[in-house]
Amino acid sequence: METYYKPEDLPKFEEIGKEAPDLAAKFFDYYGAVFEEGELTEREKALIALSVAHAIQCPYCIDAYTQACLEKGSNLTEMTEAVHVVTAIRGGASLVHGIQMRNVAEKLSL
Amino acid sequence: MYAGKSQIGSDKIADEVPIAVEPFHQTLLKHGLSLNRGQTTTLQVNVGLVCNQVCRHCHLNAGPDRTENMDAETVNEVLSYAGRVSFDAIDITGGAPELNPNLVDLIEGLYLHAPKIMLRSNLTALNYGEGDHLMGLLKTRGVDIVASFPSLNESQADSQRGKGVFAKSIDAFKKLNAMGYGLDGSGLELNLVSNPTGAFLPPMQEQAEKRFRQVLEQKWGIVFNNLFNFANVPLGRFRQWLLQSGNLEKYLKKLTSGFNPCAVEGVMCRTLVSVSWDGYLYDCDFNIAKGLYLGERKIHVSEMRGVPEPGSSIAVGDHCYTCTAGTGFT
Repeated sequence: METYYKPEDLPKFEEIGKEAPDLAAKFFDYYGAVFEEGELTEREKALIALSVAHAIQCPYCIDAYTQACLEKGSNLTEMTEAVHVVTAIRGGASLVHGIQMRNVAEKLSL
Repeated sequence: MYAGKSQIGSDKIADEVPIAVEPFHQTLLKHGLSLNRGQTTTLQVNVGLVCNQVCRHCHLNAGPDRTENMDAETVNEVLSYAGRVSFDAIDITGGAPELNPNLVDLIEGLYLHAPKIMLRSNLTALNYGEGDHLMGLLKTRGVDIVASFPSLNESQADSQRGKGVFAKSIDAFKKLNAMGYGLDGSGLELNLVSNPTGAFLPPMQEQAEKRFRQVLEQKWGIVFNNLFNFANVPLGRFRQWLLQSGNLEKYLKKLTSGFNPCAVEGVMCRTLVSVSWDGYLYDCDFNIAKGLYLGERKIHVSEMRGVPEPGSSIAVGDHCYTCTAGTGFT
């Protein structure tokens, strides 16, 4: 079935540099540097990336960072907990806007 | 203790599935490289394919259904070879070496010939039955233990090695620590080997070792000397699983695309000779699984007068990409 998301497109990511190589080089250099071991380990960074991938619902990122998490030594329990963290923040972000709703409603109501 | 159904001989089926991979020897040629022996310093002894576990990543299809075990006569021939040649280290593997009835004689004999002896253990066979007696002998003879321990996560470990193996491994570690294994200054090394629990490559060794050390000590008070991360070799039961799960092609491509020319010089087959349970010689344990004899010549250990000649050729196959992917496999 035709789909906008094709797994074979993921390894082609660098082709995005064909029309604007300088910008792409800057982006990929930055991207690589971000994921290097720092105060956070590569394993921890991959878990953050995996959870964000779920928040932004990017199938490419979910595929890539599921593999990255496993290859950095994480297990499925840790990865599931990471997804719950981002889900809590995402759900919380919706829910906290309920205060805005309440503010508007209170102003308008008797 | 079964991680999966025994699939003896199933590697043949998986081998028949054609996967387009550039032959390893051509990749070497393309990079202007050749794979030849250096000075052989280690004798690896595979004492048989009998095992109490049916690990899903096993390249030898070892398991309880296997009957191949090194007999007393071959053990004596191995001991005689080890006496003729000065090896720096002897590496005993299987199967589960603990299940070979001649293991004690082998260790007692090798103790006289080599300064360093290592026993590869799945931990469950070591801490079982006559285990206490064997552990005592290992300690007395200063035999290092190289223990399979794939993951800090019980579910991942058991999915690779069988239900209950993780908990039994923790018990065995505690017992070994109590004997002095893994403790600073004891002279008794406890090293861990971690293979990925699926169709993916292992983490960076240094980072993984740091994490294993931290978690094992915090959660269970366990200490060890070194952790070694090895990629799974696409042979035997692991290859069959890769095929059945639809991961074979992608995994082989991952290994081939990770070819690191700088890793070739450090691969273990350059300095190791491996003797199979039946006494025949190979360049490594993976070549035993593949049936590729030492330098592609069928030689029995009783015929060997010394170590293989430095510069002599090493038999290779596409599984060799496992040892040259990334930082390599030593």
